[in-house]
Amino acid sequence: MNKSVLFGALTVAGLAAGAAAAATLDDVKARGTLNCGVTTGLVGFAAPDANGEWKGFDVAVCRAVAAAVLGDATAVEFVPTTGKTRFTALASGEIDMLARNTTWTFSRDVDLKFDFVGVNYYDGQGFMVPKALGVSSAKDLDGATVCIQTGTTTELNLADFFRANNISYEPVPIETNAEGTQQYLAGACDTYTTDASGLAATRATFENPGDHMLLPEIVSKEPLGPLVRHGDSEWGDIVRWTLNALIAAEELGVTSTNVGEMATSTNNPEVARLLGTEGTLGEMIGLDADWAKRAIETQGNYGEIFAQNIGEETPIGLARGLNAQWTDGGLLYSPPFR
Amino acid sequence: MSDTHAHSVAFVRMETIPQSAPPLAAAGPVRWGKDNLFATPANALLTIASLVVIYFILAATVPWILNGVWNAGSLSECREILQGTSGACFAVLTERWPQLLFGFQYPSEAYWRPTLAFVLMLVALAPVLFFDLPRKLLIITALFPFVAYWLIWGGTIWAPILALVGFIVGYLVYAKFVNRSFAVGFFGGIAAAFVVWALSGYIVPALTPEETLLSSVPSRDLGGYMLNMMLGVTCVSLSVPLGIVLALGRQSSMPLIKWVCVIFIEFIRGVPLITLLFVASVMLAFLFPPDQTVDLFIRVVIMITMFSSAYIAEVIRGGLAALPKGQYEAADSLGLDYAQAMRLIILPQALKISIPGIVNIAVGLFKDTTLVSVISMFDILGMIRGPILASTDWNGLYWELFLFACVVFFVVCYSISQYSQWLERRLATDHR
Repeated sequence: MNKSVLFGALTVAGLAAGAAAAATLDDVKARGTLNCGVTTGLVGFAAPDANGEWKGFDVAVCRAVAAAVLGDATAVEFVPTTGKTRFTALASGEIDMLARNTTWTFSRDVDLKFDFVGVNYYDGQGFMVPKALGVSSAKDLDGATVCIQTGTTTELNLADFFRANNISYEPVPIETNAEGTQQYLAGACDTYTTDASGLAATRATFENPGDHMLLPEIVSKEPLGPLVRHGDSEWGDIVRWTLNALIAAEELGVTSTNVGEMATSTNNPEVARLLGTEGTLGEMIGLDADWAKRAIETQGNYGEIFAQNIGEETPIGLARGLNAQWTDGGLLYSPPFR
Repeated sequence: MSDTHAHSVAFVRMETIPQSAPPLAAAGPVRWGKDNLFATPANALLTIASLVVIYFILAATVPWILNGVWNAGSLSECREILQGTSGACFAVLTERWPQLLFGFQYPSEAYWRPTLAFVLMLVALAPVLFFDLPRKLLIITALFPFVAYWLIWGGTIWAPILALVGFIVGYLVYAKFVNRSFAVGFFGGIAAAFVVWALSGYIVPALTPEETLLSSVPSRDLGGYMLNMMLGVTCVSLSVPLGIVLALGRQSSMPLIKWVCVIFIEFIRGVPLITLLFVASVMLAFLFPPDQTVDLFIRVVIMITMFSSAYIAEVIRGGLAALPKGQYEAADSLGLDYAQAMRLIILPQALKISIPGIVNIAVGLFKDTTLVSVISMFDILGMIRGPILASTDWNGLYWELFLFACVVFFVVCYSISQYSQWLERRLATDHR
């Protein structure tokens, strides 16, 4: 009996997996909520507030997709994932998309069978040192002790960087960012290295942030973006173009406050196509004409989301840097809506 | 007498001298200190060194705790209030109190439900823990799991009621057939209960009204210390009976049962708990279709129960092995069958011997429930490491939060250990 139950479960699982792969959009619509994988908590990117409501830069992407697909930015079931469970959660169909500042790498895209639909934050690995150390460049760190999270790409990048510059270092392995912060403040290591956004956020929490500085070197490329499963390109398109809509909206000057007005009275044909007053873009993607308008209306454009969650006005205080529009010297570049 | 002395001696004290206290150096705290703290130069040195260490620890912590800030909106506000002086920022506990206790997703208007369940739990545990209380109270204990389920998860009341009906039917069948044979009664009862539960699977949806009295709360919304308590209580109470069954099974003369139990125990004991939890949260998701997975809470309960029952089985096996062979033979010579011998003679003695070991495992298990934070369940540690430390308001606070977690766990674990010591004294019937 046990055997037949097991085989039955496997068969059903196989069929269901096949069905899920075919039409995520239909599943989401039937369910009425979007299952979106996020972190269990990362300052500025995703964390529930005192009322239990998820807020953050990655969370806004999930909500934008829900607004576009379901017409309701709150119809999101946030599934918190750790660095270890995130990929299995996506592969097994537990979540429809993953927005968990995940670095887009070759092997994750190709070997793990996921599709990265774009980049919502260009990050890179940096170094933080106490000003008292008197170091102004990462190349001066010869012989330094370095706090480093084990099992991450940062560990490999660090080894590459020091080998390429022919200098030595002593790693102090740590498990979490919290542990790294404590070790660094206690003086167990000369420098702490992780993604520059994480360093900035960590430094903001110090009692005397002014005593510490980020070194100018960025030793790796960490393009972070949302991803979906291989094999359902229609669903991948929806997530990709929702993200692009947020980016394009900033470029075109559409904000959450003026989107209604722009939709009715714009003279710019691209804005009209984006907001669904002209053309049939919504129909092509399998949604209604207002999909992008709803996403922008509820979440704001990319610049608004950035400023609200991680920008210079927030305690995290990240500058736009690489994440500025291409017209401002950054890397954000949405393909045209046409 | 006094007259004779009056002529021969110049002065005689007529009354007894009032008792005076012993010299300061020969009694009281000074004497105690001299005997215990400064008996030898080496002892004196150690005493002084310890006092210095204690002083430094207290000097660092006491002002930090007394100077603590209890009302502030964020870490930076705390620092403003403290103006650079040393002090704890307990405001995070004030602000996130409900989240620490119930997780961040449990509906706030329903906080009274788990609180009431907690109070009921104390009432239900009392007759189990203190067997001098009237036995009728055990009825409350028997009803508690169903009431608690309904309070915490909400939803239709028919699900717990029909689950209870299943148990009652199972018991009635058992009671009817147990006189004929224990095995028939036992397995007949289990089968009858399953029939009722299978039927109620069809009945419950039909009975469920649109609006239930208590709003339904899905398992993934549970969190905080409540989750630790739920996992701890459920797993301990399930794993003790299971451990007894496994321990008896391992001693069974039937090879099939014996080897199943041996392999189960040895396999589970050879695998780290965290691995089992990962299997529960990640691997099982591949085996079931996305919409029909077994609830994560139940998966975790199953894994932790399996884990601790294997350990408890070994502890009880130790208790069984410690009993003199004469006890088994005495039971046999009275003509008791296996079930009676175990229930009336062997297990009461074996379990008494095993109490310290079982309590040890229960305490360990309760603390191990914090491991679920690794598989992204928001128990108290998960709440601290995830949402609270990741909020822009409180990022950078560690001592206060982890200290709080230590305190709440210490209270429970210390109570368990005190209870077990009381129980050992209470059950001590041998002549020592």
